[in-house]
Amino acid sequence: MIIWDSEFAISIIPTLLKGLWLTLQITFIGFFISLAVGLLVAIVRYLKIPVISPIFTFWVSFVRGTPLLVQAYVAFYVLPLMGVTFDALPTGIVVIGLNYSAYTAEVYRAGIEQLPKGQWEAATALSLPRWRTWMRIVVPQAVRPIIPVLGNYLIMMFKDSAILSSITIIELLGSALSIGSGYYRYLEPITIIGLMYLAISFPCSLLIKRLERRFVPTH
Amino acid sequence: MSPHTDTLHTLNAKEPRRDIEISFSNVSKSWGSNQVLRGLDFEVKAGEKVSIIGPSGSGKTTILRILMTLETPDVGVVTVGGDILWDAREGVKSKETKQTQITRRKVGMVFQQFNLFPHMTVLENVVEAPIHVLGISKQEANERAVDLLELVGLKEHMKHTPPELSGGQQQRVAIARALAMRPRVMLFDEPTSALDPELIGEVLGVIRRLATTTDMTMLMVTHEMRFAQEISDRVVMFDKGVVVEQGPPEQIFKNPKEERTERFLKAVTSY
Repeated sequence: MIIWDSEFAISIIPTLLKGLWLTLQITFIGFFISLAVGLLVAIVRYLKIPVISPIFTFWVSFVRGTPLLVQAYVAFYVLPLMGVTFDALPTGIVVIGLNYSAYTAEVYRAGIEQLPKGQWEAATALSLPRWRTWMRIVVPQAVRPIIPVLGNYLIMMFKDSAILSSITIIELLGSALSIGSGYYRYLEPITIIGLMYLAISFPCSLLIKRLERRFVPTH
Repeated sequence: MSPHTDTLHTLNAKEPRRDIEISFSNVSKSWGSNQVLRGLDFEVKAGEKVSIIGPSGSGKTTILRILMTLETPDVGVVTVGGDILWDAREGVKSKETKQTQITRRKVGMVFQQFNLFPHMTVLENVVEAPIHVLGISKQEANERAVDLLELVGLKEHMKHTPPELSGGQQQRVAIARALAMRPRVMLFDEPTSALDPELIGEVLGVIRRLATTTDMTMLMVTHEMRFAQEISDRVVMFDKGVVVEQGPPEQIFKNPKEERTERFLKAVTSY
């Protein structure tokens, strides 16, 4: 029989909040990596540079074609065998950031491709340098309509970061699991973290719905 | 580079024909099997105002787009102000070079669809290239932009963004933006075709003022026949990639020599 122990539940909340804080840090740093690397990947692929662009394309299909969990295992357990060792936390953040960059790259691509040709032509007619054209004309206009999609990826990443508990990172799920194995009680920690995930992702998804109305042009 | 090309380069450097602002020699361009320019030889004198007329698909816009480096000619040489813009003499398809980029700065273009940057204010649209291409100070660029916006009658709208303006206002901003680069050559690609009829006049008014008060070379593709007749020094009738006929506006509009011109003018002026 399952019996909910409120006293125990309250006593573990501070530990779980610490885990939540780490989850949020992982999510924000990881998301920042995915935004920056994804943009780079999208631009390089768009420019169709010989050799380099195909490598990026292959890399994107590789990342998208393998599970995040496997990638995390490879980075944490296999790379050290080849002499490359990092702490679990930076490894986890980089893995999830790079993993998501393969997805954000596709989103950026859609944003870049929907930019009217006339914008590129105006930039050429004004002799704007390549770099300036990208940073001042193309990217700001490409990003605006994809902000809601990127927001959804942020929420997905927040939830997917739980996978990193499997490479010894004590984030939200990790802290719940360690409490569970320590006290042989999983009901309270798992229930509470489920509610914590929900308490953050649900309001965020509502916010994104609003953003969608604001940023996505309806023409 | 062949010795032949070298000689021509030196020749151009020594005796730049400054009276000729734009020259196309033997320029061809195709899209697949569709040849839009067929060995075009065409010159525009410095300060001359030329209108290009002709049916759509005749290649007239391609002339402007090659001058603005938005298209690459397959064959031929194009110069602006005596400097090489495109060089595909050897039958090798021309490529954009450093020289192309330098020469391009002499040319400005006004597009049919305005192509303003919608996420920037009117003022930012106008100062962007002067600051980041010509390298002039922000303050000076701002002052000049305000003057230009005053010239096109939109000074009070400088803090607005393009989507907040009417089509006619947007096109006038686009003209100011092109002028801010101080081009020697201004290209107008059907500048009023996308406008509501009641907004055409304000844009033509600005172009007319430029035509009558500046010594810029102006090349315009237009369907506004009366306007072309009024402001042009020369009208060029273009069809199927070649010049059918050209001459002073009175001659072309009142007394065309070619049957093709006559037929075209009849079609566009009567219905």
